[in-house]
Amino acid sequence: MIKVDHVTKTFGPKRAVDDLSFAVERGEVLGFLGPNGAGKSTTMRMITGFIPVDAGGVSVCGFDIAAQPIDARRRIGYLPESAPTYTDMSVNSFLGWAAEMRGLSGDAKKKAVHRAIELCSLGSVVYQSIDTLSKGFRHRTCLAQAILHDPEVLIMDEPTDGLDPNQKHEIRSLIRRMSPNKAIIFSTHILEEVEAVCTRAIIIDRGRMVANGTPSELKAKSDRAGAVLVMVRGAASQAVTDTLGRVPGVARAELVATEQDCTTVRAYPQQGSMNGALAAVITKGLSATGWAIDGLQTEEGRLDDVFRLLTRPDTPATVAKS
Amino acid sequence: MSALNTIKAIAKRELFAYFDSPVAYVFLVIFLLLAGVFTFTFGGFFERGEASLASFFGWLPWLFLFLVPAVGMRMWAEERRSGTIELLLTLPIAPWEAIIGKFLASWIFLGIAMALTFPIWVTVNLLGVPDNGVIVAGYVGSMLLAGAYLAIASMTSAMTRNQVVSFIVAVVLCLALILVGFVPITDLLARYASPANVERVAAFGVLTHFDGFQKGILDSRNVLFFLSIMTFALFVTAVLVRNRRKN
Repeated sequence: MIKVDHVTKTFGPKRAVDDLSFAVERGEVLGFLGPNGAGKSTTMRMITGFIPVDAGGVSVCGFDIAAQPIDARRRIGYLPESAPTYTDMSVNSFLGWAAEMRGLSGDAKKKAVHRAIELCSLGSVVYQSIDTLSKGFRHRTCLAQAILHDPEVLIMDEPTDGLDPNQKHEIRSLIRRMSPNKAIIFSTHILEEVEAVCTRAIIIDRGRMVANGTPSELKAKSDRAGAVLVMVRGAASQAVTDTLGRVPGVARAELVATEQDCTTVRAYPQQGSMNGALAAVITKGLSATGWAIDGLQTEEGRLDDVFRLLTRPDTPATVAKS
Repeated sequence: MSALNTIKAIAKRELFAYFDSPVAYVFLVIFLLLAGVFTFTFGGFFERGEASLASFFGWLPWLFLFLVPAVGMRMWAEERRSGTIELLLTLPIAPWEAIIGKFLASWIFLGIAMALTFPIWVTVNLLGVPDNGVIVAGYVGSMLLAGAYLAIASMTSAMTRNQVVSFIVAVVLCLALILVGFVPITDLLARYASPANVERVAAFGVLTHFDGFQKGILDSRNVLFFLSIMTFALFVTAVLVRNRRKN
């Protein structure tokens, strides 16, 4: 439903987005990750047609955003970064206005506004002027504007930025609830959020895509993916680390913690081997020692390791692309 | 949705936005006070001994010079400063609909301000027997003049996110349009240029064209002059809004 095709955008000497291509289908929730200034907002602004592309093309529901902007925008709900609203209006009149701008009137308008207010839990502030509201409410007012017309495509630039944990949770569950029949893109800096709601994530760095996959595929890129935490009781921590390091298939072992007589060591798998089978190998490898193994835990890898690995300033963008 | 409905929805929101803030009331009070002061004190309303609004209309181009840019300065600058322009221009509407809608809202607001000068009209009708046709022509001319200034303010407002800059540039441009047809300036120009050239330059002056309305003449050329300024300035606004959609 959303197609971004070899899109490039340059601001002065700076290439903000560099030959970016991806597609989002109905039912997908795409998490858009990247360091500040990586080109996330610019990409979203190009999808909504707010800024024109320099090269390439964007189409939404089959409508080219440059050639048929009105048809395309009719199908988009957009929450811009920092959630701007007309702060001198009340929530109700702002949403009413947004509905009118979407061509709704009379009963249809009333219904749409009511539904958006319900979905975004704005019931308690309907008649308040927006500039008297807290940040969370303002944010949700702008979000209500974006989902008012039940769009097929929803684009949100940092929808949970500046919200408290409860509000973040609400927004996430709202996204999840809406996801089955929409194509959703949202950008975020919070990596748990990606794991919690996204079906797919894209990481961009300096305008280029450096990763594209499901959250678990991305996590597998972490060097901790498939590593095993070994908890051993009643042995010297040095001995445990050394022994584990010699188990075939273990690349290296690293001491994590020593608590009373319990030692925790992380064993990293050798590149490309094991694939989650390391725990079994370790159990066998340690059986001769007679230590009491308190626990073994295979790790999934962490998104923020992958994020840092792929977007470090010293990573050449081309290497990371593989 | 039809363009008309879009324009109506935008204009309505903008107009209410004026009255939701104290700015509208401050503006109206200042405008009416100054209009009164200019008409009765500087204009010599009573000393003239004639039943006309000449002393009122005569000062309007100068009064509008500051007040109209003040009304128009927030039109686009505020949208850009607060980021709502991103909201507005990603709605399923054409940018020109937003430009016309905003312009109309401010124009209607100025129309309300002009309508509130009715006590001056009542006064002159109580004291004498004025030619009300001339007065109507004067009001029509005033609205056209206000529209021309406003379109220029809309243009300068689209250039910047700073309302003060927008205001100052608009005042300077409007002042230029007054001065090219202002008699002391044309006299000065006549020393260096041929009369034909002076006339050509003066043809761009708003005073020259506003004069006819004050005399009660609804000349289509004068109407066309103001409409051309509006069309041109709003067209430039559209170009600026389009090109300013960058960061």
